[in-house]
Amino acid sequence: MIEGFMIGLSTAFSITNLLMVVGGCLIGTFIGMLPGLGPMSIIAIMIPVAISIGDPSTALILLAGVYYGAIFGGSTSSILINAPGVASTVATSFDGYPLARQGKAGKALTVAAIASFCGGTIGAVLLMIFAPMLASVALLFHSAEYFALMVVGLSAIAAFAGTGQVGKAALMTILGLIMATVGEGAMFNLPRFTMGIMDLQSGFGFITLAMAMFALPEALYLVLDPTRSKSGDSGSSGEIKDLRITHSEARAIAPVIGRQSIQGFLIGVLPGAGATIASFLGYAVERNIAPKDEQSQFGKGSLKGLAAPESANNAACTGSFVPLLTLGIPGSGTTAILLGALIALNVSPGPRLMVDQPQIFWSVIISMYLGNLILLVLNLPLIPYIAKVLLVPRNYLIPFILFFTLMGAYIGQNNATELLILVGFGVCATVLRFAKYPLAPLLIGFILGRMMEDNFARSMQLYDGINFIVARPMTMGLLFIAAVLVVLPSYRARLQAARAAKRD
Amino acid sequence: MTLDRWIALIILLICLCYGYQAFFIMDLGLPPFMQRNPVWPSTFPKLLAVMGIMVSAAILLGLEKSDQTPAEGDINYRALGQYKTGQALALLSLMVAYAVLLRPAGFLVSTTGFLILGAVVLGERKFQYLIPIAVLAAGSVWYLVQVVLGIFLRPWPFFLGIG
Repeated sequence: MIEGFMIGLSTAFSITNLLMVVGGCLIGTFIGMLPGLGPMSIIAIMIPVAISIGDPSTALILLAGVYYGAIFGGSTSSILINAPGVASTVATSFDGYPLARQGKAGKALTVAAIASFCGGTIGAVLLMIFAPMLASVALLFHSAEYFALMVVGLSAIAAFAGTGQVGKAALMTILGLIMATVGEGAMFNLPRFTMGIMDLQSGFGFITLAMAMFALPEALYLVLDPTRSKSGDSGSSGEIKDLRITHSEARAIAPVIGRQSIQGFLIGVLPGAGATIASFLGYAVERNIAPKDEQSQFGKGSLKGLAAPESANNAACTGSFVPLLTLGIPGSGTTAILLGALIALNVSPGPRLMVDQPQIFWSVIISMYLGNLILLVLNLPLIPYIAKVLLVPRNYLIPFILFFTLMGAYIGQNNATELLILVGFGVCATVLRFAKYPLAPLLIGFILGRMMEDNFARSMQLYDGINFIVARPMTMGLLFIAAVLVVLPSYRARLQAARAAKRD
Repeated sequence: MTLDRWIALIILLICLCYGYQAFFIMDLGLPPFMQRNPVWPSTFPKLLAVMGIMVSAAILLGLEKSDQTPAEGDINYRALGQYKTGQALALLSLMVAYAVLLRPAGFLVSTTGFLILGAVVLGERKFQYLIPIAVLAAGSVWYLVQVVLGIFLRPWPFFLGIG
């Protein structure tokens, strides 16, 4: 292992490869900021460039840099204009955007950059130490466990997103799941609930829905109530650009970053789980274990609520390289594209990769440390300039937000009907927001819905019915946790009400 | 009846239609080999329909105490007249027009028009800044998306070809 590590070190530190990491991170960050272009599309666009390089290590280092850069870029648009272009940065907007509106955009971007750096770096250390071992553990997870894991994730979100209104959050989650069933599923090649409309054959687009749920209602709120955008509820330009994190804030977020980096990495290792589930679960877990007074701050601009998904999603991105490099199984859409690039470069990822081509295996891992470090070094000085977006006058900012929202939906599907769907859903989302229905569970339900149904159907087929729940203890355990998560908040609320009544 | 219960009623109706489709319509044309499977395309939707009906009915019947007091910084939907509703509706109409005109009018014309008219709706009258900014933004985004990233966006109106 030491020998392989040294070979990887010398490969990663060559001038060409260092330039590739820097270039990849820069390209990824800037293109990732455009809503609608997530890491998957950016990597797909970069594949011809990577293949033309010829050397697999250099090509993979470039693509890994682009991957990290794109995730960080996605967080920036989530924080500044509430337009998460990637599913894994949706949870970042829950607290990142409220922080930006309070005039703490610089601080929010700094916390995001540091949490991403720590998540990615801790993930890379864990990857180096545990990669071979974790690969075999990941194989113990079958479709039944994936299904149960998603039920846990959705229950956690439904239980904690509604700030005491579990019913509304649960209804939004179910609505999201219902919307995910529209179109042709992977398991059944039958169009469902399309009402004969050809454009619905492939279902609703994720980016369209993300823009409709977050960016469009926020822009409409800014239009309806101009006082919201006068300095963004915020302070002066000096405050917006202020990057400083106090000692007490650093102390508060450090354990969150540590915990979520490990949890995110472990979730990322599971094929199919990936950064999206890691970020949502990370957010839900931190919210649940936070003290009562801090719990109420989640969703209103909590630094912990921002640090948790950011560190979890970056650690999960690193974790998703475990099944790719050690088993040749892509854990997410992005790693599936990376697998395609590797095969095109005549590299076969799998158990033999570490032995046969250690320079590729180790140089990619070392370039992950480098990539994270470079992202931090590149982005911290840029944050004051990026945060200045919020100082653009309202008359210019709002049409631009609306335009990027429209572009995000259009580029994703290259279909003008998506824009009409976006406006329709955006109006519905605004009305739902008037009535205080939480919108995040709807989007999360939609994102996880298809994966959840596929895993459910696969488990039903394997066990010839619903008895997979009884046959697999791990599934049963996870479903039990999900049930506790749903029941616990209402039980707590009733207990508190009873105590208060007793006191009176 | 409060707005959240009206919404619950609408979602209940959607779930009922969805459930009707899942329970009574979807399985009619199912091929025989699929009918032997333990899971059908309608299985998961049936579960969702039942859950959706139960939860929306619970909200509609007021089993969960609803909190309708607008929080600080929130919009009070009962007094929409106090807000800039006209501007919001005008921008929404502009978005619909953009969606309809994007292909026939081309990206550059429709985007420049959208950005200028959007700002005008919001009260901007400094055209000496507005027009160059809109043209520059539309041109840069088109260059980035079409030339750098290779995603096709027709720049000019349909009668000028696809160049």
